[in-house]
Amino acid sequence: MSGRGSSSRITDEEINELVSKLQSLLPESRRRNIGRASASKLLKETCSYIKSLHRDVDDLSDRLSALMATMEANSPQADIIRSLLRS
Amino acid sequence: MDSKGSACSNPNPNPTFGPSKLMLAFRFLRALSIVHRTTPASSPTCRGRRIERAAYASMAYSAGTSRAWSRAVLRRLHHRARRRAVAPRRLSTTAGNRAEALRRLVPGGAGMDYCTLLEETADYTKCLSMQVELMQGIVDSASSNGR
Repeated sequence: MSGRGSSSRITDEEINELVSKLQSLLPESRRRNIGRASASKLLKETCSYIKSLHRDVDDLSDRLSALMATMEANSPQADIIRSLLRS
Repeated sequence: MDSKGSACSNPNPNPTFGPSKLMLAFRFLRALSIVHRTTPASSPTCRGRRIERAAYASMAYSAGTSRAWSRAVLRRLHHRARRRAVAPRRLSTTAGNRAEALRRLVPGGAGMDYCTLLEETADYTKCLSMQVELMQGIVDSASSNGR
């Protein structure tokens, strides 16, 4: 991290803390793959993770749309809510 | 955040990032049933995109307006309703331009200082993963219930 004076209210330590918080949000498999990573590697991995989450939302939206085509108007929703509350 | 005054402008009183799973679930399911009721069965692609927008909308509403990313998502969604053209975002070229790729991925990331960007990223990532988990859960549950 460059020690620039311009944003000196925010310490490098605080930034490191925030960056390591990001590491804890990564799924297990990604955390294992990068091991003890530098901040820049961690940010790259976070970008990759966010991109894959965006793809998941896209893909799951299509699957939900396909499932809707087969759903009755009201019946499955109570079941869904019940199973969600159980998990 | 620590008790020593952090320079980050969004101190999150909630120690764990993200909204409650239940609130997220109810919002999204409600949005889904609206999409189900109002989109003709003849346009599954269109419905898929509406579901996707519902996902981001319910995520953002659940996070509330205290987050820059959720405000940015809601702005984007509301503008889309009025006009199709999306103004290209221009990244600031002044100092505080670190993590460009991340700024493009996190809604509202372009204008933030680095510290806020990291906080917003954490919250956004957490909410995004919860939304994905929720959607996967619905797909799984509906797949096993469906005939």
